[in-house]
Amino acid sequence: MSMPSRFVSRGRDLPAELEQERARIAEIAAGHGLDPFETIFLMCTADEINMLAAYDGFPVRYPHWRWGMAYLQMQKGYEYGLQKIYEMVINTDPSYAYLLDNNMVVDQKLVMAHVFGHVDFFKNNVWFSQTNRKMLDTMANHAARIQRHMDRHGQAEVEAFIDRVCSLDNLIDTHAALVRRAPEKGRRSALQPDAEPAPVEVTRIPTRPYMERHVNPPAALQAERARKEADLAAMQRVPERPERDILGLLLEHAPLERWQRDVVAIVREEALYFAPQVQTKIMNEGWATYWHTHLMTREILADDEVIDYCDHHSGTTATRPGQLNPYKLGVELWRHIERRWDRGQFGRDWAAIEDPAERARIDTGAGLGREKLFEVRASHNDVTFLDDFLDADFCAEQGLFTTQRDQRTGKYIIDSRELRDVKRGLLSSLASKGNPRIYAVDANLHNRGELRLVHRHDGLDVQLDWAETALGNLAALWGRPVELETLVDDAAIVLRHDGQTLERHDVDADAEARAEEARR
Amino acid sequence: MMAIDRDLQRFRDVVRGRVRRDLRRWMGQSELFGKKGDEIVSIPLPQIDLPRLRYGKNQKGGVGQGEGEAGAEAGQPGDGQGPAGEGTAEHMLEVELTVDELAAILGEELELPRIEPKGGAGVDSQKARYTSISRRGPESLRHGKRTFKEALKRQIASGSYDPRRPSIIPVRDDRRYRAPVLEPEPYARAAVLYMMDVSGSMGSEQKAIVRNEVFWIDAWLRRHYEGFEARFLIHDAEAREVDRETFFRVREAGGTAISSAYELAAKIIDDDYPSDVWNIYPFHFSDGDNLGQKDNETSVRIVREKLMPRVNQFGYAQTESAYGSGRFFQVLAEAFADDDRVVLTRVPNRDAILDSIRTLLGRGL
Repeated sequence: MSMPSRFVSRGRDLPAELEQERARIAEIAAGHGLDPFETIFLMCTADEINMLAAYDGFPVRYPHWRWGMAYLQMQKGYEYGLQKIYEMVINTDPSYAYLLDNNMVVDQKLVMAHVFGHVDFFKNNVWFSQTNRKMLDTMANHAARIQRHMDRHGQAEVEAFIDRVCSLDNLIDTHAALVRRAPEKGRRSALQPDAEPAPVEVTRIPTRPYMERHVNPPAALQAERARKEADLAAMQRVPERPERDILGLLLEHAPLERWQRDVVAIVREEALYFAPQVQTKIMNEGWATYWHTHLMTREILADDEVIDYCDHHSGTTATRPGQLNPYKLGVELWRHIERRWDRGQFGRDWAAIEDPAERARIDTGAGLGREKLFEVRASHNDVTFLDDFLDADFCAEQGLFTTQRDQRTGKYIIDSRELRDVKRGLLSSLASKGNPRIYAVDANLHNRGELRLVHRHDGLDVQLDWAETALGNLAALWGRPVELETLVDDAAIVLRHDGQTLERHDVDADAEARAEEARR
Repeated sequence: MMAIDRDLQRFRDVVRGRVRRDLRRWMGQSELFGKKGDEIVSIPLPQIDLPRLRYGKNQKGGVGQGEGEAGAEAGQPGDGQGPAGEGTAEHMLEVELTVDELAAILGEELELPRIEPKGGAGVDSQKARYTSISRRGPESLRHGKRTFKEALKRQIASGSYDPRRPSIIPVRDDRRYRAPVLEPEPYARAAVLYMMDVSGSMGSEQKAIVRNEVFWIDAWLRRHYEGFEARFLIHDAEAREVDRETFFRVREAGGTAISSAYELAAKIIDDDYPSDVWNIYPFHFSDGDNLGQKDNETSVRIVREKLMPRVNQFGYAQTESAYGSGRFFQVLAEAFADDDRVVLTRVPNRDAILDSIRTLLGRGL
């Protein structure tokens, strides 16, 4: 048994009755092939659960007002009976899950089954393979470090700095942990970004071959080559290639004090920790829901608990008309995959069948559903999950549609039920998660150490008032003006923030001005 | 005490900052009248966010699920679970503050000086109590027990503690110091007399302005005195004393004789508030449309002879009169040009309340 972290002080051990259930459910889950980390369940009061939820599940976080705000909202929601947190689990090894102590036993069982699904997913999905599983201790460590900075530099100052950094915490490279990005060689300077690097020339005095060794001594040539290469490397542009990890860029290049650097590192590490959970939300919730239904209805439920179970279960998977519930979408897609692979509805021959009714009727008795599920669970994220498995049949069966805003009424109307459109809509929202793709392309803009960002526009504009504040924060951290190139209403513009005010330039005018400057 | 309480407190501080920024808007809210010091006021604020570089909302549609032909109306995007670009639905945040806290915010915003009460000279009104613990401090304030405990904790955690030979050696990081918490110590007594003109020329808007102003003045002064008494006087051609509820609700009409109110105020002070013990603040609110020149003279004489020798400050705030001349302001200004304990302001509309309060209380008398 691994050592529980000493930072979990909230919550109490399960009472005997639930401990028995836990052991039984763990065994049943394992029997069905689930392979979770050891999971420690703790009983908490509503207040404690609200606090933990405000802290994203971690009992110790660094001091910050936004946890207080989250807590207040959750507390209100709970008091007014609007919301109730059924389950909360954190992705660590061992995993910790919290149970609300006044829930009914059937709820606790449901939550446990659900949690085992999540923890199995955390452990086995490749997108979590680089996750820091000791995050509980790391978070507590962050809290201690920030507390120390506050003691030294004052709470207000450190907190204001955290506010700034947090407003940039989506400017990270969420795939960084999985992809080793080889440093790209060959870019020389900002002036000739795409030119091939010229081979380094060394000073060679022409002479006769037998004098070569003496006139051009190899050691001296070697030294000169090394020096020139070093110079060239220094001239190379920062970042070498467009960089999404802007917080990382700040860490490396911004003129920050040590404590400020530490804060940036902390915020970045925490944002990276949560990133894969965001990237696999639909899958993960679907997976846990799939398993709690599967296990509860087949093995765990007592007869007298069925009604309550159905009531609470349907509460989590209900879909408001016109809305999309990720729990529901996820679990239905998992079931769809299972059904298809059980019946052998895959492969080229099956896909070639034109008639949907005919396609759906095929049943080769392949029985590969469960196997496929575990395979998908290990290797996909939300984007690939939907891209691979959301097909026309599923789209029709679930009644998915895209919406469009009616320009006149301002209301949303159903636009299309075509697979292509639905898929595009879902994927584009998933790939971004509300975060535009923003890259740092030049950290020495105009050769004045200014920072240039580019927004790779894919149909949606950034929210301008927020962008102004965020850019101002970035400029404050960077210490020099910052520019963002983006599209607003299909016009290319550059937003430039010098730490005090925001200027907005049209791109063309901007380029002209720069060209003129260059001529002078 | 849970860890979140600390963050909650910080959040309240942030909120206080927001309320302060929007103070002018809250000042005009009349629903606060009935509230007393420790009662809670619920204030709706837009949710406080950390602005990020992210998509704007509602630019285009998303994906939904349900019945309907193409072109049919779909549900409106909701919160959180909607597709991208729709996650920033505006939440309102209900924040609860006590009237006392609001008054403190008002004081900070207006940079009102602390009031320096009469009598009890030399007593520091901020008392430092060493009830807090800090990691930094002068060695003279080192907390031996806490320091020892920290060292013990560290040694146990690091495994260098030997129960058979228990030697505890604190290092720099173990040291804990007593730290002061500053607590205001109100100790003096104050009597405040609010006089309101309720004659026919004072319209309901004027009265609302006066009540608003009285509410805030009351909340502010009350914080500074342990013994605080407020008396409420209304007058038309005749003055009478009323209770707080009546003062905030009454509708009267009639002529105006300001001297009647001043006469009554002087009598109340004579009877109940010897000026060597009490800090006395009369405030008069009127549209300045007095009965006539004769009453103006009488009024000035009462203020000069009966009130000024006893009070800390005499405040007069004049609302805009819909009918009359509003001459009384001028009368007072001329009569007391050389006495800076007579403070005069004009409150033409609700937006002016804040500045008027600043003038009335800004001297810290």
